Parts: sequence; C-alpha cells; structure tokens
Amino acid sequence: MEILSEGLGKLFTNIDPDDARAFFRDKSRKLENKLMSVKAAVEKFVHDGDYLAIGGFGANRIPTAVCHEIVRRRIKNMGFAGHTATHDFQILSAGQVFSRLDASYIVGLEARGLSPNARKYIESGAVQVTEWTNYALAIRFRAAAMGVTFLPVRCSLGTDTFKYGAGKEVKCPFTGQRYMLVPALYPDVAAIHVHEADVYGNCRIRGITISDLDVSRAAKRLIITTERIVSSEQIRSDPVRTLIPYYLVDAVCEVPFGGYPGNMAYEYFSDEAHLQEWMRVEKDPAAFEKFLDQNIYQCKSHFDYIQLNGGMEKMLALRQKELFYSAAAQSGGE
Amino acid sequence: MADYNTMELMVCVASRQLEDGASVGVGTGVPCAATMLAQKTHAPNLMIVFEAGGLAPLLPEMPISVGDSRTFWRAVMASGMVQIMETCARGMVDYTFLGGAQIDIYGNMNSTQIGSDHAKPKIRFPGSGGANDFASFCWKTIVVTPQDNKRFVEKCDFITTPGYLTGGDAREAAGLPKGCGPYRIITNMAVMDFEPVSKRMRIISINPGYTAKDVQDNCGFELLKADKIRETAPPTENELRVLREEVDPNRYVIGR
Repeated sequence: MEILSEGLGKLFTNIDPDDARAFFRDKSRKLENKLMSVKAAVEKFVHDGDYLAIGGFGANRIPTAVCHEIVRRRIKNMGFAGHTATHDFQILSAGQVFSRLDASYIVGLEARGLSPNARKYIESGAVQVTEWTNYALAIRFRAAAMGVTFLPVRCSLGTDTFKYGAGKEVKCPFTGQRYMLVPALYPDVAAIHVHEADVYGNCRIRGITISDLDVSRAAKRLIITTERIVSSEQIRSDPVRTLIPYYLVDAVCEVPFGGYPGNMAYEYFSDEAHLQEWMRVEKDPAAFEKFLDQNIYQCKSHFDYIQLNGGMEKMLALRQKELFYSAAAQSGGE
Repeated sequence: MADYNTMELMVCVASRQLEDGASVGVGTGVPCAATMLAQKTHAPNLMIVFEAGGLAPLLPEMPISVGDSRTFWRAVMASGMVQIMETCARGMVDYTFLGGAQIDIYGNMNSTQIGSDHAKPKIRFPGSGGANDFASFCWKTIVVTPQDNKRFVEKCDFITTPGYLTGGDAREAAGLPKGCGPYRIITNMAVMDFEPVSKRMRIISINPGYTAKDVQDNCGFELLKADKIRETAPPTENELRVLREEVDPNRYVIGR
C-alpha cells in the first residue's frame, strides 16, 4: 500500500501484535483471587516509564484512587493516553507523572473550563504530544484488542490533527478511497472503575462503556477498582452482564465511591463544588501545593480523601442527587 | 416583541435548524440547550447521540459532561464511543454542533492551540475530542459562537477540525465523506452558510439590531453576502418559555 502522507507525531508504543501475543500467552487464565489494596496494585503493576490508559470519561466512572496512588508514589516518565481525559488528566498533571502523551482530549473539564495547572504543564513543553481524535484513539485500542497493527478511519484527513498525529494516509486497495490508518495501542497498564466485580475480576458496568471494553482487552496489565465485590455465583447466574472477563484482569480493588469526585451512573453524582475547588486552587501555585498535600500526599487511601471532603454525609447527598434520576427513570416518569 | 438576550436568540436559532426525526450529535452547553429546546418544541422525535455512548436519551436537564449519567437518562441504549462514531461514519447522524477558539473562511476550526509552535503552544486547548470525528462524519455541522475578529480569522493557528479545508472540492479530495460539512454558523450578529461552489462563508440573515457592516467589521476575512439577506426571526414567546422554564431554569447557558 502506497503511503501518501504521514503525521509528524511520535509513536510512543510498540505496535507489534506478535510481541503482544507473546505477552498475552503468558498471562494467567486461572481463576485466582486477585483482591488487593489499591496501594498494592499500583506498587505491583505500575512502574516508572510505563504507558498508562485510564477508563471512564474524564470525570465519569474514573478510577480516582489509582490516579491518586500513582501521584502519591511519585511515579514519573509515563506515557499516557489522553483519551476523553478531564479530571483524571488534571490529577496526573498535578503529579507531573507523564512525559509522553497521545492527546485527543486534554487539559479541559468540558463545561467546567480549562485546568490552569494542566495547561501550564503542556504549555511548558515538558511533554511530547501526539495529536489524535477521540474516535482515532478509540480505534487504536480496538486494533490492539483485535491483535492487528492498524485500522482505517475516515476522520482527521486534511487537518493539522492529522499532521501532528502519527497516522498514515493511504489509498484503499479496493476503491482508491483515501483513509487514515491508525496504529494499534497496547498500554502497559490500564485502570478501570466498575460497578461490580468478583474476586477473579469478572466485571459489570452499568451504563455507557466509552472505550473501556477495548481498553481492557488492549492493556497488558489491568487494575480494576469496583464499587463492590459480588460473588462468583452471581456472575455465573447472569453471564450476559459480564463486560470484562477475569483473564484480562490483574488486580481487583474494592473502592466504594471510587469514582468520586466524578459521577458514577446509578450510584452518585459528581461533586461539582470540589471540582470547582480544584480549578480555583490551581491558579495559586502555593495554595495548590498545599491542596495536593492535604488531598493526595497526606492521604493513605481513597477513604482518607473522602473523609477529608465531607465523608459519608457528602457521599449520601451525591447518591441522592444521582438516584433521583434513576428512581424517576424506573417509574418511567416525572 | 418578546424581550430576550443574545444567547437566547442564538439557542433558539440553533434549535430551529433541527427538524423532527433528525439525528444529532451534541456536546454540553449551547448545543445541548438548543437540542433540548428542539426536542421539547417542534422536534419531539429528535434522536440525540453523545460521543461517550448515550443514544436517544430524553434529557431531564442539561448534562455537565457528554459522558455523565444524564446523557443516557431514559435512553434507548447506553453504548460506547466506537458504536456512536461508527453510526456517524455510516451516515446515520444528520447534524452536529461544534464550537472552537477560531474559525476560518471555509469553516475550519481550531480547538487545539494558540500560537504556531506545536511543541510549545502559547495557549493549549483540549484538542479535537470528538469534534474532528463529528465534523468529518455527520452530514451537517452547525457552529454556534460569539463573533469577533479574534475568533473569525483569515487563518487558524491550527486546523483541529475540518470545514471545507481550502474550499471548492478540497474536503472530498482529502478523503472525507462526500456531501457533508459546515452548514450554518450562528453568531450573536448573524447566520451564515457556505456558498455552494467556492465553499466560502456567506451571510444569509442578520440578527435584529445589527447591520451587515457590524457583521463584516467583526470578522477577520471578507464575508460573501446572499442575494437576499433576511432579518433573523427573533425567539417566539413559546420558545423563550420552554427555554427558560424547562431547558435551562438555572440559566447556566442563557445567563442572567
């Protein structure tokens, strides 16, 4: 296939499917109890220099506890998939944990505005950035999940997003149509927050899945944080609900309210006041340092962080805010 | 005539672009307000899709994020990003709403950076997100944005999202799907479309209280003018009532 043009951006990861197959061949398919603390999971599975992917959608169903632990352990020089990344990106930028970045959505928190600190981090030039679109990054995970080196897409063509990306423009061998080929993306490690999992790692998610099903299959190592543990019997009694099967999973961490301060569908709404506090405090570097010290470095775990920010009372208020809609939805009306 | 502010006018004009039975890919803020207004007035059968996976929700109130739980409240399906973007790529999503820091004469948009050095931008913005995907795949892209010389520029610092690229048939020649592209640009001053051959931005209606000169003075490139330029119809009483009472009672989008 003739290459018509290609992006100037760097490709940060190995796309060879046979290397990935060799890795996956050795990954355990035994039903083993993988229950452990977030601290233990990050210590064991996340290392300096690794390429990281985070599930969910920015401030929705994110594994906050894993993001905080990565910052707390002062892990550095990571690669990161800035795919639909908002509050997760803000946390990881606060710890300056990555130096290589595949960017499709970064530094912003959607309608909440731009993170001053994350912006500064990227504007400083300290991070190598390769541009993608959300769909292109989603398809890169899909290619990896399929065990192929690339897939074709029809977006990005003709733009600077293509020019500063690492895709290649080719002509279709059947029709002559132009396509961008996007390379597979196998993260070294990914973390995904789910509603329910058993101790082996069979996972249930309620609601939208974003790119998590492909991320879970593309990642070499996978940390699951879950709102609650369910029995393996429950999983087997209703297998259609399993979206991530156990053999993809390396660690299962029970973290109730684990997506806080983000939104967890059918569980609790986002803590908008706390997210605004993050934005506000980032404008003053000294205040931000103190804020991070209190909210991340001095906390032993996600429970300390929740306790610091209103504890169970706040969690119940957020649950009520969320369940108002769920209850209305179930009764089919207002 | 009803009393209204500029943002209310822009939301109402945007909502009128969506006919009943159409499908639309939306983001938070103005696009969501316009879409909800359409769904609650003339287009009850609007199929709304959110890039994170929400498919045909009946929005109870405006989402904060395109991935929050409201985006699949009473939806027909909670899917994923690939499923939504595939639906667009297959040609089943009619409209999308976008915005950006800069827009040029051919409707190309920048939401990535200000400054020309990609390695060290003066100001970094989020990047494409799903914007490039929606603009590449959906049939008609509608942009709702305030209008000034800094936003409407001769040349974008970075083309994040394709409009008609360099004009004429450049978009299709680049390999993007045929027959789609920017459709309407809705500003505080006017409504623009794109002249069919050159694909240059063109004034088709001017909002009450503004003149053609105002519109041109607040644009960094020369705008074409339609043969007959109308006055943009102001919001109706009913549009304003639904917008204020049902769509945005907290006035997050329409302001105070």
